[in-house]
Amino acid sequence: MVADTATTDAASADSAVAAPRAPAGLQLRAWAARRAEAAIIPLGALALGLGLFSLFLASLGKSPAAFLDLVYRGGFGSSFALQNSLQRAAPLLFAALCVALPARLGLVVIGGEGAIVLGGLAAAAVATPLSGAPRGVGIALMALAALLAGALWLGAVGALRAWRGVNETIASLLMSYIAIALANHLIEGWLRDPGSLNKPSTRTLDEAFRIGPLPGLEVHWGLAVGLVACLFAWVLTERTTLGFAARIAGGNVRAAQIQGLPVGRLITGFTALGGALAALAGFFEVAAVHGNANGSLVAGYGYTGILIAFLARQNPLAIPPVAFLLGGIEASSGLIQRRLHVPDATILVLEGLLFLLVLMGETLYGRFKVFSPHLWGDKQAAAGLKPPGAPAP
Amino acid sequence: MAHHSISRRTLLGGTAVLGLSALSARGALAAGPMTVGVIYVGPKDDYGYNQAHAKGAAALKGLPGIEVVEEENVRETTDVQKTMESMINMDGASLILPTSFGYFDPHVLIEAKKNPKVQFRHCGGLWTEANPKNAGSYFGYIAQGQYLNGIVAAHATKSKKLGFVAAKPIPQVLNNINGFLMGARSVDPAITCQVIFTGEWSLAVKEAEATNALIDGGADVITCHVDSPKVTVETAARRGAFVCGYHADQSALAKDKYLTGAEWDWAPIYKGFVTGMQAGKAPPNFLRGGLADGFVKMSAYGPAVSEAARKNADAVKAEMMKGGFAIIRGPLKDNKGNEIAAAGKGLPENAPELESTGYLVEGVRGSA
Repeated sequence: MVADTATTDAASADSAVAAPRAPAGLQLRAWAARRAEAAIIPLGALALGLGLFSLFLASLGKSPAAFLDLVYRGGFGSSFALQNSLQRAAPLLFAALCVALPARLGLVVIGGEGAIVLGGLAAAAVATPLSGAPRGVGIALMALAALLAGALWLGAVGALRAWRGVNETIASLLMSYIAIALANHLIEGWLRDPGSLNKPSTRTLDEAFRIGPLPGLEVHWGLAVGLVACLFAWVLTERTTLGFAARIAGGNVRAAQIQGLPVGRLITGFTALGGALAALAGFFEVAAVHGNANGSLVAGYGYTGILIAFLARQNPLAIPPVAFLLGGIEASSGLIQRRLHVPDATILVLEGLLFLLVLMGETLYGRFKVFSPHLWGDKQAAAGLKPPGAPAP
Repeated sequence: MAHHSISRRTLLGGTAVLGLSALSARGALAAGPMTVGVIYVGPKDDYGYNQAHAKGAAALKGLPGIEVVEEENVRETTDVQKTMESMINMDGASLILPTSFGYFDPHVLIEAKKNPKVQFRHCGGLWTEANPKNAGSYFGYIAQGQYLNGIVAAHATKSKKLGFVAAKPIPQVLNNINGFLMGARSVDPAITCQVIFTGEWSLAVKEAEATNALIDGGADVITCHVDSPKVTVETAARRGAFVCGYHADQSALAKDKYLTGAEWDWAPIYKGFVTGMQAGKAPPNFLRGGLADGFVKMSAYGPAVSEAARKNADAVKAEMMKGGFAIIRGPLKDNKGNEIAAAGKGLPENAPELESTGYLVEGVRGSA
């Protein structure tokens, strides 16, 4: 599925060069149609998901209207609610990029959780010997340690995939369990602050190494850095030869190899970059939230990140709005529990429904005439706007 | 951790229930209904730690002038800060009870500073004089319950091997394991206890594996200290082993295999908090208690518990009700051969040393 997307992009990029060009107006219409398809199908899935979920609520005897009202008030309806949603979205941005970047190569990496935890642990571990260092140096080295830990951890998954053919999905998930076990072992052993009795933790950071909130907000800097990271990932994948090479390799490995592209290094590099970015989420949890590394780093961000990346169709620029939406739903979950008196799992039912429907929606691309220029019946258009993935004439 | 407050506690002697400061609570409270926000780290119906708190919260719901709002599965991240703020801003909560240990530092401390008119009482026991005065902590000496579990287990075991499924090797858990075996050894000094640590507070698969491994190793009475004992209790009962419960009453899960259990009883504690606040008095900042103070209670004896076992356990319980019962008393070594307590020396339930227990007593197989 992911591979298909990459093929489509690569093929349409080719076709724009190879085939006679359609008139500008038609080109624009075709462009708009494809963009609209990419927005309307996931939004449709979202709407359908909410519809089905409303039926589910109604069957429990709860009012769907009250539910939607609470989602709005809890997630978006006030300054407090908005900041709550943004705060929750911040770590999810990094976690989603960890999925979206390798997806460019057709890889499904779901072990971001492990990179987040190890990133946080690495940041906390280097902070102890750095105690007393200047603020800038301390924070920079903590972030660097996190980036390295995440890059090595998931880069290893990429390398195993590239050179040993090990399935990256399973490997990354299992590595994530190992990462959490390793983190627990170190937090409860070598790195434990002897003063942390009933909640084993690493030593608390110097006050100077703590990262505060964004000016005027109660949201930490992870949000701003996460947005920059999304922009960076988009530029990398859409506007650089490296990103183009990754998409080719994702579309057809053989073709990429024949072209002389360094497929193995691309796979390793993109998974490593994903891991490094996920690890930044852990760094911010330590530096901006907890002040040390402890078991609370295992918060499940990595798994919500998978949902977000798929909802965003692996597009780094679509990740922030989707993360904000999911953050809002999670932010409202508390209010929903308190007012509707439903268990917390209700929100998981909604998230699960959305995920399934979005995956099912993936099969609909190219099936609607209105979004598919090659079905418009115009010969000239057909010449210039081939169906996605069709062989060259 | 809280050595400061501990020495203070010792100073004040063996009193179990201490109100170290009584700030006047929010004056406006008397006017409208008072809202209490209760926050759980797991599901409210986990047959364990969270259910015990939810039962305490449920006892508040019938009280006049009290509204209770609850949120379950709240992570120990900024999520819990936002939950507290949401309860304060949107529900008007004036007392917040964040019940998971990991909520305290930094989350409760941050919110207590931010909302000086709201009272925060956290379950776990970390509050010190340096912390905000509108925050506080409460906890109970539940190792007493595990000691009584051990007595009943000793009368039931045939193999003289007990099994303990534990989450993490932290003082509160180690005290429970030690309590369980010391209780059993008070009946029969030949009894041993194998412990398996799962590493997490809630990890159903490992808990089931650990329970099976303990029974395969010959243990015929099982107890545990994890957030939700459900899996351990059901697995053990299905394998034909006896079960001692923990946190809440799990008798429905093990039927006639359930011997007894060490349960929290938060209802009287929470009622005390709110009635005090309704009268304009803030809850104590540091509150501890055991069986005698109503923080801890025992499940009703199951059908398999012999008359002799009941008598034995009831007699020790009566002793504990007087206060100052020493589970750890010399001469006693840990399971590595180091002396813990010299002859004639004992640690009563409120001994500060128990806050930093790092050993397992001799006869426990497993390492901290």
